[in-house]
Amino acid sequence: MRAVQSQVPGRGPLPVVGEADLDGKFVVTVMELSGEDGLLGCIQCGTCTGSCQLSSWMDYTPRRIVDMVRKGLAREVLASRAIWYCASCYYCTVRCPRGIKLTEVLYALKSLALARGYAEPGAPAPAFYRTFFEVVGRYGRLYEPGLMIGVALRSGFGRLFRLAPLGLGMLRRGKMALLPERVRAVDEVRALMERVSRGLVRR
Amino acid sequence: MTMRRYWYYPGCSGHASARDYQRSVALISPALGLDLVEVEDWNCCGTTAMTSVEPRLSVVLSARNLALAEEAGGRADLVVTCNSCYAILRRAQEQYARRREVRAEVDEALAGIGRRYSGTVRVRHLLEVLVRDVGLDALRERVRRPLSGLRLAPYYGCLLGRPRNDFEDPEEPLSMDRLLEATGATVVRFDRKSKCCGGALITTHEEAALELVREVLSEAAAREARAVVTACPMCQFNLDAYQAKVNAAFGTRLRLPVLYFSQVLGLSLGFGASELGLGQRFVPVGGVGKL
Repeated sequence: MRAVQSQVPGRGPLPVVGEADLDGKFVVTVMELSGEDGLLGCIQCGTCTGSCQLSSWMDYTPRRIVDMVRKGLAREVLASRAIWYCASCYYCTVRCPRGIKLTEVLYALKSLALARGYAEPGAPAPAFYRTFFEVVGRYGRLYEPGLMIGVALRSGFGRLFRLAPLGLGMLRRGKMALLPERVRAVDEVRALMERVSRGLVRR
Repeated sequence: MTMRRYWYYPGCSGHASARDYQRSVALISPALGLDLVEVEDWNCCGTTAMTSVEPRLSVVLSARNLALAEEAGGRADLVVTCNSCYAILRRAQEQYARRREVRAEVDEALAGIGRRYSGTVRVRHLLEVLVRDVGLDALRERVRRPLSGLRLAPYYGCLLGRPRNDFEDPEEPLSMDRLLEATGATVVRFDRKSKCCGGALITTHEEAALELVREVLSEAAAREARAVVTACPMCQFNLDAYQAKVNAAFGTRLRLPVLYFSQVLGLSLGFGASELGLGQRFVPVGGVGKL
């Protein structure tokens, strides 16, 4: 069994994975879903990592994520903490010398992690994304109290208590609607969501 | 005064956490010859959250909004005030124009709900409309109460110039600097003007996001700005509502009011602090509102 190692230095060692556990088609899946078909042209220069304001919080830096995607380390990428730290600031995207829109790649990775069940339901970012999806499905627009309560239900009520002062502060300043606004043709919004997300969202 | 006609998309925050932003926009627009009409029955653009659930989802959701504006007709430009809506709606506009498979998917999805879109709507940020369509000279002429001596830090955040668009520079944006100068204010140098405030990470990874908020606010304080000015509800919220938490976490003593550019412009046009919604914030505006 040949071990796959990263050829370039970065944060910590890359997981050692046997050939049988590699997903040879992963890079193709990611390129198709993200629309970024230039991933194989990445030169591993690290501009993305150097530009990322969150990279110090990640278990694998953005450059490494690309390296791992290309090597087929699907499980390791999709189970990583790194992908949930992407704030979608697009610095990597505008600075990449190869024109790779890494932000789009990260959207695709988060989506795959949710769809394939790698994202723990109680983890804060997946809980936030799932709840956001449900709230917009219900009303057609965001309803902040619904989002806060939904996230708390998923990730523990401790969070609700921590968020409560903020919510009350918003309410007092007229920054939060008590009642949700519902799109009149919310059925249209639901139909669009249903159509596009079919098979991708695992509840 | 000839009125310029636009469709207007307030976004979810415009009706909730950023009502003060919307209020100030509704106040200053007619005074500057802008006729903004809200798109009927608009829906959430999808923002980064839905894009992370499925990358096409926000394209299709945004396309419904574009279709609504196009169907209603009479106005070509859709004006947006939230930077996140701006980036997401533009992403939809661009993917629809450039990627055949996306266009096919959108067309089919819209047909399923009895709508169609032909790609004619142009998504624009209000800041661009003010700087390019109204123009800085016209703005300067309308200033009744110059904000002389007021030092302001212009904070653009990520999504006004990124990913690339035909309006702003991705790293060195200038439109808000120019607009604030037109009000008579002093605009300080601000190297972190296009850094990230953390966005939704403030909810999911607070510790990490607070660090980003601190970086922005502490530069503004170091430059002796009296206030930070934003063009985005997410940036405004993170910098304002979490400022006390930043102080508690890092032992700083920051006290910087965070205003929308439309509110600052409104003050210079002669509108009052309360009608511009300046009272609706966590860090009080203090003397800034009494100019």
